[in-house]
Amino acid sequence: MSVLVVAEHNNVSLKSSTLNTIQAASQIDKDIHLLVCGFQNDEVVNQASTLEGVNKILQLNDEIIQHQLAEHVSQVIINLSKNYSHILAPSSTFGKNFMPRAAAILDHSQISDISGVISPDTFIRPIYAGNAIATVQSLDPVKFITVRTTSFEPVEIVGGSASIEKISLNLEGIATKFLDRKEAKSERPELGSARVVISGGRGLENGDNFKLLNEIADKLNAAIGASRAAVDAGYIGNECQVGQTGKMVAPELYIAVGISGAIQHLAGMKESKIIVAINKDEEAPIFGIADYGLKADLFQALPEISKELDLLNDIAK
Amino acid sequence: MKILVAVKRVIDYNVQIRVKPDNSGVEKDNVKMSMNPPDENAVEEAIKLKDSGEVTEVVIVSIGQEKCQDTIRTALAMGADRGILVKAGDDIEPLAVAKTLKNIVEKEKPNMVLLGKQAIDDYCNQTGQMLSAILNWPQGCFVSELGINDSAITISREIDEGLEQLEIQLPAVVTCDLRLNEPRFASLPNIMKAKKKPIEIIEIESLGVDTIPKVKYLKVEEPPVRQGGVMVADVKELIQKLKYEAKVI
Ligand SMILES: Cc1cc2nc3c(=O)[nH]c(=O)nc-3n(C[C@H](O)[C@H](O)[C@H](O)COP(=O)(O)OP(=O)(O)OC[C@H]3O[C@@H](n4cnc5c(N)ncnc54)[C@H](O)[C@@H]3O)c2cc1C
Repeated sequence: MSVLVVAEHNNVSLKSSTLNTIQAASQIDKDIHLLVCGFQNDEVVNQASTLEGVNKILQLNDEIIQHQLAEHVSQVIINLSKNYSHILAPSSTFGKNFMPRAAAILDHSQISDISGVISPDTFIRPIYAGNAIATVQSLDPVKFITVRTTSFEPVEIVGGSASIEKISLNLEGIATKFLDRKEAKSERPELGSARVVISGGRGLENGDNFKLLNEIADKLNAAIGASRAAVDAGYIGNECQVGQTGKMVAPELYIAVGISGAIQHLAGMKESKIIVAINKDEEAPIFGIADYGLKADLFQALPEISKELDLLNDIAK
Repeated sequence: MKILVAVKRVIDYNVQIRVKPDNSGVEKDNVKMSMNPPDENAVEEAIKLKDSGEVTEVVIVSIGQEKCQDTIRTALAMGADRGILVKAGDDIEPLAVAKTLKNIVEKEKPNMVLLGKQAIDDYCNQTGQMLSAILNWPQGCFVSELGINDSAITISREIDEGLEQLEIQLPAVVTCDLRLNEPRFASLPNIMKAKKKPIEIIEIESLGVDTIPKVKYLKVEEPPVRQGGVMVADVKELIQKLKYEAKVI
């Protein structure tokens, strides 16, 4: 049977989490279909049609599902589920919202946040904030799965040629009204898929000081991240939080500035390829996992880093 | 208005967990256990609503071993009115938990069920969504702001891109983020008072809920340990290393 991947998008562009999820799907079965549900989502379908590995796109274009609320997306999945052995979505706030709902309506369990595929019914998933790794086997006829995107390489955005099937469904009205969505606008790369991430913690002392990070982020084409303490203190928005209860990131380079390195923070970034820590306290636990540690006052170190970067002839981006 | 809050007893978030040598799971014997952190936010929110007069009764439910009574008592000491313990084995799945909660909801008829957004042990992030699914109620997940007006709630939920605001008709299921509020500490007199508050005990078998696992844990292992690297002397050395040794900039 085939695998259905639920595309994450905002009706305009496809989110990169979809590409990692398709990679995970390709390790289960080669016949991959992609569900794009939303409103006026032709552009998304267009982008998706060339993705490596996708055979078919199911497009649902209906105003009622414009905001992709969980109550609606789960109805769509349930309607399609009989044709699939596996249904996958990214383990983002998007996928986490509707996938358990769809699974439960069909009296199925869900396998959350897989980081590896052993076989079509056996998967690896981190538990206890990544301090233990479980191998789990699903006994359900249909596997409902969310995917830890940082554990799977994105598929190529070209090379495929999917057929497009338009679907329509009579979706039931729901008891929820969409009011507003406040998205932080940023010219920077997405935090979840950026090549470089520079994160600030309580050591930054206030929101204004994040401009010291921005300056470096501009030069490295980096995304900005933060610890929960920095978000809680109002220095920066919740969309920037890295960690157990925030986002998972695994960039080529992660720079932690004024972050102590609590396990809940490490849970979100310890898979990064190279970790740099800048902290004035040499006992800070973050140094225990950093490839390069710099014991320094961040208010001195950051402007210096910015200057040193200017001295380099070229910077990989 | 009545609120049901579901709480889970988990290994305390400060404990460095240990994997059992036989890879059957995580060591729980003689380990400090506490209420799952975002569940505390759920309890706090319910009690705040009671303090403000919007809610008349706050009922706490936990599913698991006898010891979960301690977790329920913690919530009662924070200000909840009474508790229900559904006695069950240690590791029942989110779907079975949701079905059990559905039973309790049908009995208690609350206007809203509050839960933490995720448990810090099994990391599933499923129970609230599953409960609302099988009740056929609307859901508000990862909530960091909640307001009530008569028959509806307005919520702000944390999403990867920022925040989403929804208006949801009651009855509804809400899962709470840590930023929803600051859970109170129970005062000593309230801890004493909580000892007298009633906790009803129900055997899960009596509810007829199917608890046979649909996901089998084959083994649990230690993750690969990440080795620390080197300390650099200054910014110059750091940049040189990143450029010519790690080759990441
Ligand atoms: C259930 C739960 C979930 C959680 N989820 C998350 C999560 O997802 N993400 C997360 O990050 N946290 C999370 N936390 C919180 C976590 O436990 C820590 O409290 C938090 O990560 C600390 O943030 P911090 O490192 O910025 O602050 P602190 O721990 O206060 O560290 C600040 C650091 O800055 C350094 N510093 C201060 N001034 C300077 C200076 N001038 N120059 C250089 N260094 C300086 C200090 O030496 C210190 O090491 C969670 C906690 C719980 C209980």
